[in-house]
Amino acid sequence: MLMIVGTIPHQDFPLVAGEVQLCGEEISLQGNRVPINRGTPALIAAAIQTLKTLGQPPPFACLVGDIGRGVGSRKLYQHLAENLPQNGFHALVFHYLLPDVDWHNRVLFAVEAMSRRPTLIADAGFMYAAKMSGQAMEYDLFTPDVGELAFLADEEAPHPFYTRGFILHEDNRVPDLIARAYSHDNAARNLLVKGSTDYLATPQGIVATVDQPHTEALEAIGGTGDTLTGIVAALIDAGREIGDAAVLSARTNRRAGDLAQPTPATQVKEIIGQIPAALTELLQQANTS
Amino acid sequence: MVSWKFWRRQPIPAVKAEKSDRGFLFFQSTSEVIRAEKVLKNEGWPIRVMGPPPEFRRGCDLVIEFPLLAELKIVGTLSAAGVPPLQAVPVSGPLLEPVNLFHIKDFGSFLMVRAANMKLTIDKASQVIVNISGGGCPDVPYLALEMVGKTLSEAPKPCHIGHTLCGYALQLAFEEVQRQCS
Repeated sequence: MLMIVGTIPHQDFPLVAGEVQLCGEEISLQGNRVPINRGTPALIAAAIQTLKTLGQPPPFACLVGDIGRGVGSRKLYQHLAENLPQNGFHALVFHYLLPDVDWHNRVLFAVEAMSRRPTLIADAGFMYAAKMSGQAMEYDLFTPDVGELAFLADEEAPHPFYTRGFILHEDNRVPDLIARAYSHDNAARNLLVKGSTDYLATPQGIVATVDQPHTEALEAIGGTGDTLTGIVAALIDAGREIGDAAVLSARTNRRAGDLAQPTPATQVKEIIGQIPAALTELLQQANTS
Repeated sequence: MVSWKFWRRQPIPAVKAEKSDRGFLFFQSTSEVIRAEKVLKNEGWPIRVMGPPPEFRRGCDLVIEFPLLAELKIVGTLSAAGVPPLQAVPVSGPLLEPVNLFHIKDFGSFLMVRAANMKLTIDKASQVIVNISGGGCPDVPYLALEMVGKTLSEAPKPCHIGHTLCGYALQLAFEEVQRQCS
């Protein structure tokens, strides 16, 4: 079972946990409906679309409202610290939470107390906290974009906002940034780097790259990284090995983006709608080759 | 046709006091730092928003570097404005510099500016914000919800409704887009 942890951009959204459904352009969890157009709801919608295409049940989610003040995030951290040890999940995705190293560490302790360690995937604010805690290598997969990779590569930066300029300048040298991140143990065991070329890397080096189809406008569209994380998490939950899932998810996300024929003004929900077609096409290609 | 360029923000004038004469103000939250910065800059104080030293870092932090000799006056100003700092601490080591490098991408009809991990894209003709991407703090989806679909002049400023470093980075991108469009 896949569990997705994150926040909703509404201050009053309650802390809820349970199976989450996709209803048109909204997700629904215990009667609470949220548009899928950005953030954790976009990740969840992408995961649901992927699981549905594979004939798998929808994921579980643990969500709370937070508009950046951190009140909801702290409630969620506390809930996880208290409840994770009693639960079993195959894969666990941490997403938009206010980075907080102390709470991150308590959650990681709770994960270690689970009877079976899930595959740990981190993106967004929780990935920042994981890096800052010095425990990045406890994670199975990070899914940074190139800017976030520069942050991982900067051993002194506690947040992407403080990434030093000489490292930010290395945007065109992603392999060097990956090597630098691993040299300081600031990356997970697998990195899926989102960009004009997507990279899959491990501490041993770059394992694979995906650069087709190339759709320039996708970089501007908020949520395309969230969809990638949702797809890869769903593929891992469905039983694929991390490297295989990462490559297929990169191809699927790019193809879904291509099918949406986007401009920089396209909204991510239009891309989410194309995930089943993109994944089906790629799976058919794999079966016939 | 897509083109890239880089732009370095004009350096913020350094605080003229000697290193030992600088302190930093520590607040409850990043949104309070943003409000305090506005108050102090409006009053002409030579302050800088910086990253805290390691012993004060929690994960999403900003502090205000200020001339220590003016502590009483500055704390009084902030208290009167409703944003009293939690603590004023002398600077004993280097503070982190916020990012000051912008990446600008021209998509033809659209312009995208990236500051740190935050990207803001506008329709050049209408100046409507069409997308906000990047970032990892929970106010990013909230900022996108409030800003996307509005013009630069209609949209709320990230510094007014944001609460985190990602929100602060988006404010820098917002200001750079305004500068590019002026």
